[in-house]
Amino acid sequence: MRLMATTMTPAERMKIPRQSMPEQPAEVRAHNFQEVNCGLALEVARLEAERCLRCKDAKCVTGCPVGVNIPGFLDAVAEGDLNKAADILYSANVLPGITGRVCPQERQCESQCIRAKKSTSAAVGYLERFVADWARENRPDQYVAPPPTGKRVAVVGGGPAGLTCAGELAKKGHAVTVFEALHKPGGVLVYGIPEFRLPKRIVEIEVDKLRKLGVEIVCNVVIGQTYTIRGLLDEEGFDAIFIANGAGLPVFQGIAGEHLKGVYSANEYLTRVNLMGAFRFPENDTPVVRSTQVVVVGGGNTAMDAVRTARRLGADPATLVYRRSREEMPARGEEVRHAEEEGVRIDVLVNPIQILGTDDGWVRGVRCVRMALGEPDSSGRRAPVEIPGSEFEIPCQVFIEAIGTRANPLLTQTTPELKVNRKGYLETDEDSMTSVPGVFAGGDIVRGSATVILAMGDGKRSAAAIDRYLQAGK
Amino acid sequence: MFPICEARWLAPSVRWLKVEAPRVSARHRPGHFVIVRVVENGERIPLTIADSDREAGTITLVVQVVGATTERLCSLEAGEAVLDVVGPLGRPTEIERFGHVVLVGGGVGTAVIYPQAAGLKAHGNRVSAVIGGRSKPYVIMEDALRAICDAVYPCTDDGSHGFHGFVTVKLGELIDDPADPVDAVLTAGPVPMMRAVANVTREKKIRTIASLNPIMVDGTGMCGGCRVMVGGQMKFACVDGPEFDAHQVDFGELADRLTAYRGHEKALWERLRGEAKDHRCNLAEAEKALKS
Repeated sequence: MRLMATTMTPAERMKIPRQSMPEQPAEVRAHNFQEVNCGLALEVARLEAERCLRCKDAKCVTGCPVGVNIPGFLDAVAEGDLNKAADILYSANVLPGITGRVCPQERQCESQCIRAKKSTSAAVGYLERFVADWARENRPDQYVAPPPTGKRVAVVGGGPAGLTCAGELAKKGHAVTVFEALHKPGGVLVYGIPEFRLPKRIVEIEVDKLRKLGVEIVCNVVIGQTYTIRGLLDEEGFDAIFIANGAGLPVFQGIAGEHLKGVYSANEYLTRVNLMGAFRFPENDTPVVRSTQVVVVGGGNTAMDAVRTARRLGADPATLVYRRSREEMPARGEEVRHAEEEGVRIDVLVNPIQILGTDDGWVRGVRCVRMALGEPDSSGRRAPVEIPGSEFEIPCQVFIEAIGTRANPLLTQTTPELKVNRKGYLETDEDSMTSVPGVFAGGDIVRGSATVILAMGDGKRSAAAIDRYLQAGK
Repeated sequence: MFPICEARWLAPSVRWLKVEAPRVSARHRPGHFVIVRVVENGERIPLTIADSDREAGTITLVVQVVGATTERLCSLEAGEAVLDVVGPLGRPTEIERFGHVVLVGGGVGTAVIYPQAAGLKAHGNRVSAVIGGRSKPYVIMEDALRAICDAVYPCTDDGSHGFHGFVTVKLGELIDDPADPVDAVLTAGPVPMMRAVANVTREKKIRTIASLNPIMVDGTGMCGGCRVMVGGQMKFACVDGPEFDAHQVDFGELADRLTAYRGHEKALWERLRGEAKDHRCNLAEAEKALKS
C-alpha cells in the first residue's frame, strides 16, 4: 500500500486546513443510537496526516498517557502505509479503536501540538480512530501469544485499566485472568459510554483480540464477594494482582424527592440503556422510564451521555442543568457541541434543590435555584453561590443525577490490609503497588472519577511494574 | 452457563431450582443473594440463595413467577442452564446468639429465612419459624424448616392449614407468651407483611431485621437503583444490606418504588404470552403436578 514518501515543506503543511469529521446529521442522530462520528475517508486521513510538522522533539507524545509514537504513525498514514501505522499504534496502545473515540485529545496530545499555537492541531484522535478501524476490518490479527513465563496474574475488573494491563502482561507471556463482575467485559465502555459514541461491537472486537493473545476473561465474579484478594493469592495461586474495579457508588445530591419513581443516577440510567439495551424494550427485557421531559444535573461527560441518551429516547426537551458556568464544565467540548446540535437544552448556573412528585410517587418536576460565581474554592474554580429568591421549577418526569461517584467498599471491606485514603480509594506507591506486596491498582479505584485513557495509562504502567515484580523472582 | 441439576414445583407458580455454581456456593452464607440473567437480552434480577451445598458446588433458588424473567427462569428444567449467575452478593446475616429467635417468612420469603434459621440454630439459638401463605399449597418449605427449627407455625389466610390468620397475629401470640420471651425477629416476604411485623415488634422493643427486595440492576453498588431510606439515611440494599433494622426502614417508599415498572412488566408479560403460541403454562402445569 506504500505510495510515496511525503516531502512537503513545513510551510506547505501549515497551509492545509484541519479536516473535519463527517457526522450523522444532528436532526437524524437525535433519534437513533448509531455512532455520531462516521470516520475519515482514506484520502482525507492522508491529507490530515500531512498537517503534522514531524517535530523532532514531539510534544504531542508527552501529552499521551500511554506514550503513542504519534509523529511515527501519522507519517505512516501520510505515506499510505496503514499496516505500519497500525503496528506503531498497537505497540503502545492495545485499544486504539476505543481511545480514538473517547479520549479527550484536545486536552492531551492535541493540546501539546505545536500547530495549536498558531491555528489548530493535527487531528490525532481522528487519525487514531481511522487507523484502528482500518486495522480491524483489513488485517488479520498480528497477535501471537508469546512463550509462557509460568507466572499468573489476576486482573480485577474488565474495564479500560484492567483490559490494558491484561493485554500488556499477556504480550510478555504472563498468564492473565480478568475477573469481571458484570456479564460482559468492558466496564464503563459497555455500561457507561453510549452506543452512539462507542459502538459495543468495537469493544467486543478489541476484547476478542486480547483473548487471542491468551487473556482469559471470567465474567460474573465480584472480587470481595466471590473471591477475596487473599484467596486469589493464597488459594487460587496468582503471583500478582492488578485491582481496577472502577469508580463505584453513585453520589446523590441528598435533596428531597430522590426516592420518587423516575429519579435515576446516571449510572443506573446508562446501565439500563447501554449494558441492558433498554432502548430496545420490549425486544430486550430491561425497562427504562421514557418521558417527554427529562432533566439531568451535572457538567461532565457522564451527564452529557445521559442527556443525549434521554434525547434519543424521545425527550423533548432534554435539559441539562449545571451549577457552575460553561467554562467550568468538565465535559469535552465536542460532547457539549454535539448535545446542543441534537437539541439538548443546557442551562448553566442552575442547581436543583428539590424534586417534586405526584400523589402516586412519580417525578413531576424539579425545583431549582439560580447561581452566581463567587470566590475560587478548593478546586480553584469559582464557587457557585445561590441567588436568593431565584427559585423556579422545570417540569419533568425523569430526573437524572450525574454528579459523581464515591469508592465502592466491596473489595476493601474484605481486605482490611489494603490501605485506603480518607475517601476510600486505594493508596499506591510510584510503582502502582498497594500496601499489600504483589497487589497493584489503577484506574478510578485509585484516582476517583477520571477518564478512560488515564485508566489505560495506569493499566499500562502497572503492567510494566508487575512485569518487573515478577521478573525479580517472587 | 450455570446448569440446573434439579427443578420442581414447591407451590403453584413457585419453583425450586438447584443450580451448579461452585464459586458462589463456596462463599455462601445466610443472607446472601445472587443476580441472575436467564437469556441473552434478558433482565438481571436479584434472588436470595435459599440453600447451598459446598461439596456438590450447588446453590438452591426458590423463585415465584411474578414477571417475564421469573417466568423464563421457572420454565427451565433439569439439564437446561441459567445464562448468568453472579454472587454471593450482599452482606451476610449477622448471626449472633440472641436466645429465642422468631423468623417470619411470607410466601417465597420463607426461602430467605430458611438459611438464616439454619445459621441461627447452629449458633445455639432457639429458633421458631412462622411461615405464611394464602392457603395450604402456598406454605412452602415447612418440612425443611421442621428439620432444623425448634418450632414451626404455618399460617394460612383461609385456615386450610395450621394457624388461621396472618403471620403477624401468630407472632404477637408468641411475643405475648411470658414463658418463652422473644429476643429477636428476622423477617422476609412481601413489603406489607414486613412492615406489619415491624409494627408488632416496635413497641415491644424487640430487635427486628428485615430482608429487603428492592429493584436492582448490577447488585454491586454501581447503579443505586436499590436505594432505601433506613433511619433517614440513604442505603444501597446491595452493598449495605439487603438486611436492615426493620424499625428504621421506610417501607412505604420501598413499596412504592417496587411499582415503578409495573406497566413495563405487564407489556413484557403480554408479549411473552403472545409470542409463544405453544407456550406451556407453568401455573396450570404446577397445579396439576401438585394435585397428583
